[in-house]
Amino acid sequence: MNPRLTRNTRAGSWAKGVAAAGALAIFSLLPAGAMAIAPIVVGSKAFTEGYVLGEIAAQSIEAVSNTPVTRKLGMGSTGILFEALKSGAIDVYADYTGTLTEAILKRPDLKSLDAIQQALLAMDLVMSGPLGFDDSYALAVKESFAEQHHLHSIGDLAGIEAGVRAAFSYEFMDRKDGFQGMAASYHLHFAPQHVNRMEHSLTYQAIDDGAVDLIDLYSTDAKIEKSRLRVLEDDRGYFPVYQAVWVARKAFTERHPREWQALLALQNSISAQSMIDMNAQADIQHLSFAKIAAQHLGSEAPRSQSLKSSVLQRTREHLWLVGIALLFSVLIGIPLGMAAVRFHAAGQAILILSALIQTVPSLALLCFLIPLFGVGMRPALAALCMYSLLPVVLNTFTGIRSVDPKHLENARAFGLTGRQILFRIVLPLASPTVLAGIKTATIVSIGTATLAALVGAGGYGAPIVSGLSLNDVPTILTGAIPAALMALIAYGIFELLGLLLIPAGLRKQA
Amino acid sequence: MLTLQNIDKRFEGRPVLSDVNLTVPKGATHALIGSSGSGKTTLLRITLGLIPFDTGYVKINDQALLSFSPVQWADRIGYVPQDGGLFPHITGFHNVSLIARLRGWEKPKIAARVEELRKLVELDAAVLDRFPFEMSGGQQQRVAIMRAAMMDPQVMLLDEPMAALDPLIRRSLQQELKSIFQRLAKTVLLVTHDLGEAVYLAEKITLLHEGKVVQSGTYRELLLHPADPFVTSFINAQRTLPDAAEVA
Repeated sequence: MNPRLTRNTRAGSWAKGVAAAGALAIFSLLPAGAMAIAPIVVGSKAFTEGYVLGEIAAQSIEAVSNTPVTRKLGMGSTGILFEALKSGAIDVYADYTGTLTEAILKRPDLKSLDAIQQALLAMDLVMSGPLGFDDSYALAVKESFAEQHHLHSIGDLAGIEAGVRAAFSYEFMDRKDGFQGMAASYHLHFAPQHVNRMEHSLTYQAIDDGAVDLIDLYSTDAKIEKSRLRVLEDDRGYFPVYQAVWVARKAFTERHPREWQALLALQNSISAQSMIDMNAQADIQHLSFAKIAAQHLGSEAPRSQSLKSSVLQRTREHLWLVGIALLFSVLIGIPLGMAAVRFHAAGQAILILSALIQTVPSLALLCFLIPLFGVGMRPALAALCMYSLLPVVLNTFTGIRSVDPKHLENARAFGLTGRQILFRIVLPLASPTVLAGIKTATIVSIGTATLAALVGAGGYGAPIVSGLSLNDVPTILTGAIPAALMALIAYGIFELLGLLLIPAGLRKQA
Repeated sequence: MLTLQNIDKRFEGRPVLSDVNLTVPKGATHALIGSSGSGKTTLLRITLGLIPFDTGYVKINDQALLSFSPVQWADRIGYVPQDGGLFPHITGFHNVSLIARLRGWEKPKIAARVEELRKLVELDAAVLDRFPFEMSGGQQQRVAIMRAAMMDPQVMLLDEPMAALDPLIRRSLQQELKSIFQRLAKTVLLVTHDLGEAVYLAEKITLLHEGKVVQSGTYRELLLHPADPFVTSFINAQRTLPDAAEVA
């Protein structure tokens, strides 16, 4: 038995080398959460009031500070914002006492502001006093529907609720103090098939169109009046109090006392009516958040961007997101796909793992990534890399596996080395499939990258998210149309790349 | 001269080749024949240096396979795979010149050698610019022979050279192949299951059955002095069509 004969029996060390390089590339991505934060970062929730309050906070700080302010407005959910705050990715945002006790602290027993402040302080977080208005959950029906059924309070729904068609926001459906508790407290039995979950701003559309009879809303929503809705009185006092407050990192309040004082000066300065008015200016008159905040603060609005320059900026952000994510997924995905062919057991693990990542909902994945990467580009990039990995890994694997083994044996018989077989035979023969995988990954990332706005990474998703919260279709389109165009252009580029990269002998066959 | 000497090979304890001996003198054409499962493909892969063997020697001009690197050995054996085995993604020219380019040959040297071989196999120059899927079966076979001969090997090894061709093309290509072998003046080992092909192309035949050499010799010797009843039954089995007298 001759060891030399076995040396060349299979394309040898290349796969080990690239697998190691891929692993290195993954690890170099990891320790990112602790980046030094020079600017003050203001976050906000992704609905109208959140944007307005975020802009008010940002402008109030800018008025007294030399430190630049970064706006990460319209971030996905309460969970994402709170993770961002704890990890130091944002410094301050506006939340509600009810949300803090129910969803964050999970301590519905905490009733006094003082108790909530103490509980947050234990997490190195500081809460301001109330800003002056209360934005609690409420249920509403059309005035006409209320007249017809003599509805004034939630309790009046008893007896007719089984026939009522409802549209509730996701957060309302899932929160402890939301739908389930409310129904139990009032002994209401809605028909499950008539209870729809949808994005909050769309529930107004649904009730306007007569598609549903009952929606949940926030008591300061601007559209209550415009949609001619009657807010049903919470006669049992079921819904907790949702007083708006600032929540900040303790480190921020210590490092920037002047700025924190400027925010505290806003305590008790925003009445419910002025909040409703500001929401209406955004939702109905379509004024910019910056302008609304400036009017409220009695100052001049910061210069707003023209549509052209904002689209250009978002294009840059989006291209950056997609480009970097793609580069990583190619640099990692192709070696992983090659390793999956080379090492059988590990290969299966790689394929299963990359398929599993694909099944994690993008918002959840972003949420997991915030503690590791903070907010902004990094978690968005990491998520995009992970999502675009599967098509590249899978197609590399399939492409290589589908190369006729007789060509490999012949190449060995001709004295080609493992490396020569890889680069002269295997990869060229697999290239159409690999390229198709990269193309899929690109198109998918252009779409998925719009979700990056939820963690403050900008891109075409920013107008989509804020437009969605305002139910403002033109704003949504300023993000959606360029994203679709970018996908089309990417498709065309890959067709051209195919002409360059795929060997002519294979192209003509196809 | 190609020598296979006392080759033994087992797969998972089961003997696949037992004490196989075979010698092809310099310049001669020899056929290794056997039905599927006879071990001829294993012997072919051993001769190419693709799989290890348990005991014995593979030698070219008395130099053992084991004393060469895989690359050196590959340059000593020109291999023509079944159906030509051309790489589909490159042109005929690049198939022929692939190894020479990897060995760092200069362009003029490559061009001259390709041209020399092209004339030898009587191939139309335009065919070399085509991709394999644009060539006929016969053209692919000739390009494959050019590729095998490119590095001027001492031995040529052909695996079922005619298997995939239709009978009429086979007949005419067999004649061409025979004259190509004569012009190449190489030591040729032909692996086939087709007795007709073996008899037509090779001077001597080695019949392999269940991993053992049953008989080596000319067709005449096998026909008239079979070493074993299997030789006669193998020969008779391949004479499938009745002759005119039998039909009448």
